[in-house]
Amino acid sequence: MRKVALLVAFLFVSAFLLLAATSMRPFGVPNDAAMDDYFIANAQAEVAANNVVTAVVFDYRGFDTLGEATVLFAAVVGVLTLFRKLKDDEQWGEAR
Amino acid sequence: MNEQGMSVIVRTVTRLVYGLVIVFGFYVIMHGHLTPGGGFQGGAIVASAFALLLVSFGAAGLKGRLNKHLLQSLEEVGALAFLGLAFAGIGTAFFYNLLANSGSFLFGASVPIGPSAGVLNAGGTVPLMNWAVGLKVLTGIASIVIVMLIGARKEETE
Repeated sequence: MRKVALLVAFLFVSAFLLLAATSMRPFGVPNDAAMDDYFIANAQAEVAANNVVTAVVFDYRGFDTLGEATVLFAAVVGVLTLFRKLKDDEQWGEAR
Repeated sequence: MNEQGMSVIVRTVTRLVYGLVIVFGFYVIMHGHLTPGGGFQGGAIVASAFALLLVSFGAAGLKGRLNKHLLQSLEEVGALAFLGLAFAGIGTAFFYNLLANSGSFLFGASVPIGPSAGVLNAGGTVPLMNWAVGLKVLTGIASIVIVMLIGARKEETE
């Protein structure tokens, strides 16, 4: 009974994936390319950077990079808090 | 892994290689606006050199070479430099690139349109932000690796 249910679920999901795969657009043809074309055409003139990816990450989408840096900061603070050395008579979970 | 780190072979190779790894990481950071890579990737490469040192020499070998408090302070410096550069363009917009194509001596040059090798002294605030993020990532990941290794070692001996 369990194996039959798994087989049905497997076939169901596979059918969906195959359906999606047959109706995909050709490789490298995006749905909406207006923004990409703007970046590629104007990054060198506006940002003076040859690497368009960096121009997007640090200039056009700088706010997103700020969020990424915040995530890294939170990770570092969390790890340092978790692995810090306890004071002499301090216990975990004790209010300071 | 004893207190002295790993075998002589590993330590010799590490001594030969870690300087090159650090230089390559700084190269990736510095050329972030010209070639693939940037602050995040280059910072991770430099931090991997520190992780290599830690693994091969052990925590004792790194004592005196890397200051944990200096690393944590430098991370804040990187974060504040990134935020400050973002606020520098607040007259127009947050994250406005006010140095690009300005003709200033610091990253103010223009680049020729079309395929070219690129101009290192260009990009405005983008290379400066790459340095800020690179400093932040390398110090952040290095302090994570150091603290986790020391924490794991402490639990081992208990």
